[in-house]
Amino acid sequence: MFGFSMSNEQKMVSREVSKLVKGLVADKAHEMDENKEIPEDVIQKAWELGASVSSVPEEFGGHGMEDSPIESIIVLEELAYGDMAFAVAATSPSLFINPVLTMGTEEQKKKYLPLYCKEKFKASTLALNEPHFGSDVMNLKTTAVKNGGSYVINGTKCFVPMADKAGHMLVAASLDGENNLFIVSADNPGVVIGEREKNLGCYALPTFEVEFKDCSVAENDRLGGASGCNYTRFIQKTRVGMAAMAAGIARASYEFAKEYAKGRVQFGEPIVNRQSVAFMLAEMSYEVDSIRLMAQKAASELAAGKDVTRSSYLAKMYAGEMAMKVTDFGVQIMGGHGYIREYPVERYYRNARGISILEGMAIV
Amino acid sequence: MINIDTPEKIEKMKNGLNNLAKGMLRPISRKYDEAEHEYPQELEVFRSMSVMGKKPKKNGDESKSKAKDDGEFKVGQNLGTVVSVEEMCWGDSALLLSLPNAGLGNAAIAAVATEEQLERFGSKWASMAITEPASGSDSGSIQASAELDGDEWVLNGEKIFVTCADRCDVAVVWARVKGVEGSSAIKSFIVEKGTPGFKLEHLEHKLGIRASDTGTFVLNNCRIPKSNLLGGDSDKKKKTEGFKGVMKTFDNTRPMVAAMAVGVARAAIDFTREKMEEAGVKIDYTDNPNNVSSVVKEFYMMEANLEAMRLLTWRAAWMADNEEENTLEASMSKAKAGRYGTLITQKCCELLGPMGFSRKYLAEKWMRDSKIMDIFEGTGQIQHLIIARNILKLTRNELK
Repeated sequence: MFGFSMSNEQKMVSREVSKLVKGLVADKAHEMDENKEIPEDVIQKAWELGASVSSVPEEFGGHGMEDSPIESIIVLEELAYGDMAFAVAATSPSLFINPVLTMGTEEQKKKYLPLYCKEKFKASTLALNEPHFGSDVMNLKTTAVKNGGSYVINGTKCFVPMADKAGHMLVAASLDGENNLFIVSADNPGVVIGEREKNLGCYALPTFEVEFKDCSVAENDRLGGASGCNYTRFIQKTRVGMAAMAAGIARASYEFAKEYAKGRVQFGEPIVNRQSVAFMLAEMSYEVDSIRLMAQKAASELAAGKDVTRSSYLAKMYAGEMAMKVTDFGVQIMGGHGYIREYPVERYYRNARGISILEGMAIV
Repeated sequence: MINIDTPEKIEKMKNGLNNLAKGMLRPISRKYDEAEHEYPQELEVFRSMSVMGKKPKKNGDESKSKAKDDGEFKVGQNLGTVVSVEEMCWGDSALLLSLPNAGLGNAAIAAVATEEQLERFGSKWASMAITEPASGSDSGSIQASAELDGDEWVLNGEKIFVTCADRCDVAVVWARVKGVEGSSAIKSFIVEKGTPGFKLEHLEHKLGIRASDTGTFVLNNCRIPKSNLLGGDSDKKKKTEGFKGVMKTFDNTRPMVAAMAVGVARAAIDFTREKMEEAGVKIDYTDNPNNVSSVVKEFYMMEANLEAMRLLTWRAAWMADNEEENTLEASMSKAKAGRYGTLITQKCCELLGPMGFSRKYLAEKWMRDSKIMDIFEGTGQIQHLIIARNILKLTRNELK
């Protein structure tokens, strides 16, 4: 049924996640960013939400629920609203689990899903982004070449979340000009994990450059087996997820700046009484809504089994651009205080830049 | 539950209306833009279709759009209207405004007229006369006056920027009742063409929507029957309902104007896409946006903004259909669509190069037409003011 309002169930999901995130992260986000660390128990508690495993069949350790892109974007927005580094960390296993579940062979599902759908959080991840100028996940420079009964992967990936702790990673590589995903074990000798990266944003999230040097992967570990997988659809689903995260970050910036501006008195009255400030906040309010609507549109089409090439692409593009604009305004409205790390708006600003640049940080 | 995948019913509606727009409006689009003020005879066929004159559904009406759990989706009146308006404006926004019997006054009459007034004026073409030389955004400050003299109202004042001023049969005129203080004094009066003291003074020459007749009325001791007070004199109604009631209808009309902006912008985008593809430019929503050419990236951003404009508009319309308070969302839709519709049509002209500057093609006309959508029915600045006051909980005195 067509509609713009959340159902009672969706409202409940939103409320529950929001409550959990508030309890886990509200006071800690600044500290985590400064200490460049997310406490393990915070990740574990977020993991217990079950977002990454909700649609994995029970036999593999999941909740066996129906796949719901709309519910996923509701959850992702709330996680990112709390903190983006935390959101990526908490859901990074889904970048491994979701493709294996939806595109893996039966053997692959049986072998790998139970390893990462346990009660205790176990890291798995996706190696997708590449460090060169012009990096494009649809035109990968990392290659896979068939060699007897295996594939040999060569290339360099960057911004791989939790690569140091992951047991397995999905690696995106081009095989005979076609994009594919390969299941690679972290202890494969051809995997060289670099130093922890220093990034513009998500300071609390450990990310790594990973080099693949003649990394040999069994035939059976090409996702989807001999017929490969729908890599494009996978990327499109991640774009929808990232648009949802963008809505969360943008909303966090908007709400914080709004409250600040209402209380900040200069020239004898709150600065919200000035059109220049009030109008920035007005624009922020409808751009937050627009980002969310773009994500909802693409998610609705996914739910209907439709092609989302255009809607997912435009949603991520819009989200990246507008989240940057909103978080920029967020800093600006706070004036000098917006520049100080004690306040979260500068962190939202740094994190928001990642939406346009990075791919594969979340999936629906 | 949230599901904003476009329903098939709406797809069908769009296709049908698009054919209409393509077949009936596009062919005469340039003709009436050049022949400013000449009446588009070809639109006579629409006279009985009452695009604007539909009476809003009342409580208890069975065909109401509120989402039912019977599983069958019904397109609500407001949603249906914004979908229709988008397609018609994709055709030609000035011609939409020129549809006979589809004036803004018709909407007002349909909404609040008494039975007797509906009989007298229901089938007439009605314009809406609000703005005055000194009262634009500040519609509460209008000075046109109405004084009761026995069985007649005597109206005095000047109204400008009245759409359909020439072609209408009657005008719905906002005037201040003498002796009453404040905004509750503002009422609407139906004035028929030909009434002594009611004169169409001149028609405007405009940047765009030239096919739409925009004019000035002068009322000079114009006498109309007492029964021409729109909605009748009701003691039952609360004092302030008159002005506030009309302001409330803006919650329904703002998404419509936003839809106009979506339609015109889309026309420009569709034409630009056509030219890009003819030139062999690849638009496939695949490569990293920073690796495509500038024209493709700008094109994608326009498309994304168009989608956002439309989603905000549909949301506001859907909320109205579902009886949810939508003042904020209505203003959001017009604020975004008005501004970005303008930017999109400007950008399309730029990307089209000389084709965007030539009157051989309609792109330059769309750029001229779209500008008004950020201005009438509450400027973009007013929309931002409404949004800001709403989200910040500020009064008119706190945020000017």
